[in-house]
Amino acid sequence: MKKFFLSVLAIGIFVIYSIHLKLGGNENPSVAVKTSNTISSGAPAGGYKDGTYLGNVADAFYGNIQVQAVISGGRLTNVVFLQYPSDRSTSRMINAQADPMLAQEAIQAQSAQVSGVSGATATSGAFVQSLGSALQQAS
Amino acid sequence: MTISKNNIKKVEIVMGMPITIEIYKSANNKSTNKDIEEAFDYFREVDEKYSSFKETSEVGKYNRGEEVSAEMKELLKLAAKTKLETKGYFDIRKPNGKIDPSGIVKGWAICNAVDILRKKGYKKFFVDAGGDAEIVGKNWKWGIRNPFNKKEIVKVLKLSDCGIATSGTYERGQHIYDPVGEKAEITDIVSLTVIGPNVYEADRLATSAFAMGRAGIEFIEKLKGLEGYMIDKDGVATYTSGFERYVSLL
Repeated sequence: MKKFFLSVLAIGIFVIYSIHLKLGGNENPSVAVKTSNTISSGAPAGGYKDGTYLGNVADAFYGNIQVQAVISGGRLTNVVFLQYPSDRSTSRMINAQADPMLAQEAIQAQSAQVSGVSGATATSGAFVQSLGSALQQAS
Repeated sequence: MTISKNNIKKVEIVMGMPITIEIYKSANNKSTNKDIEEAFDYFREVDEKYSSFKETSEVGKYNRGEEVSAEMKELLKLAAKTKLETKGYFDIRKPNGKIDPSGIVKGWAICNAVDILRKKGYKKFFVDAGGDAEIVGKNWKWGIRNPFNKKEIVKVLKLSDCGIATSGTYERGQHIYDPVGEKAEITDIVSLTVIGPNVYEADRLATSAFAMGRAGIEFIEKLKGLEGYMIDKDGVATYTSGFERYVSLL
C-alpha cells in the first residue's frame, strides 16, 4: 500500500511538473481531444494561465495514470484523475474547489462502429417505418 | 433475434420506441432468448400500466381523478422528489394540467428490466429504450447522435456499468417545456446527454437539465458522479469537466 502510494505520488508530481513545464513554454497544452478550448475565469495571479490541461499518460506500474490540471486565478485548483490503476478502488475526483470548468468544441461526425447510440427518443413515423422493414428482413 | 459474434440482440418497439437488449457472448442461446423475452414482457406490462397515451393506464386513471395503484403512487413520489431536487425544473405536470411521467417511467423501467437480467446471472449486456440505456459490464462502445443528422454520431464513448440518457428537441419536435420560466419551449440547446451511475438518474437529470436551457450543463457539472454533453442550436458542444474520461480514443 505504501509503495503504491509513493509511486502514485511520484508519478503525480512528475505529471504535474511536466504540465508546469508545458504551461511555461507554449500556448497549446497537449490535449487528447483535438478541438477543445476551455472557458477560463479569473485573472492570472500565481503564474499559471487559467484553463484545463491534460497531462500525458504515465505508467504507474500497477496501471496508467493520466491527470487533468485545472488552473483558475493563476493557481492549480483541481487535479482530476482521468486514468488510474484499475485494480485499486480509488475515488476519481480530488476536488479542491467546486468551480465549474466547462469545455467546448464544435461537434464533428464520427465514423466508429458502436453498439448503441444515445439520442432523444425516435418516434418519428419514417423511423418506425424504416426500422420495421429492417426487422422484417432480419427475422 | 440477431446473433453477431456470439452476442444475442433483440429490437422491438414497445412504449412507442425501439427497445434493444443485447447480451454479450451468451453461452446458451435458448435460455438467453427466453430471458430476453421476459424482459420485453416486462416492458409491455409497463406500457399497459404507465403509458401516458393509454386511457386505461394508471396515468389515464390519475388524470381523470380516479384511484391509482401503490406502484403508481411510488412513481408519483419519485417524480415529486425529482421536482424538489431540481427546483421545479423536472415537473411531470404539463401546461394543460395533466401529468406525463414519461420522463421518469422510461429510466425506471429500464432499471427494472436490467434487474430481471442481472438476477438471471448476466454480467455483460445493455438495455436501451429509445436512446436511453443502462450499460452493464465493461467497455461498450457508444455514440451520441448528431441532432442535425440522425444518421450520424458526433461522439464515440467507451462505457462501463453506467446509465446514459439524452434529452432533446430534434426527434419529436419541441416537447420539453421550461416549467419554471415563461412556459416557453426550449430553443437554445437541442440535445443534452447525461452519463450517470444508472439510467434512472441519467434520464431524470437529463430531462431536468434540458429544461434549464444553457444553464443545464452547469447543473450537471455541480453534481458529483454525473457528466454531461450539451449541444446548442449552432452545433457547439459544451461538456462537463469529467466528461472526457468516457470519450473513446480509438
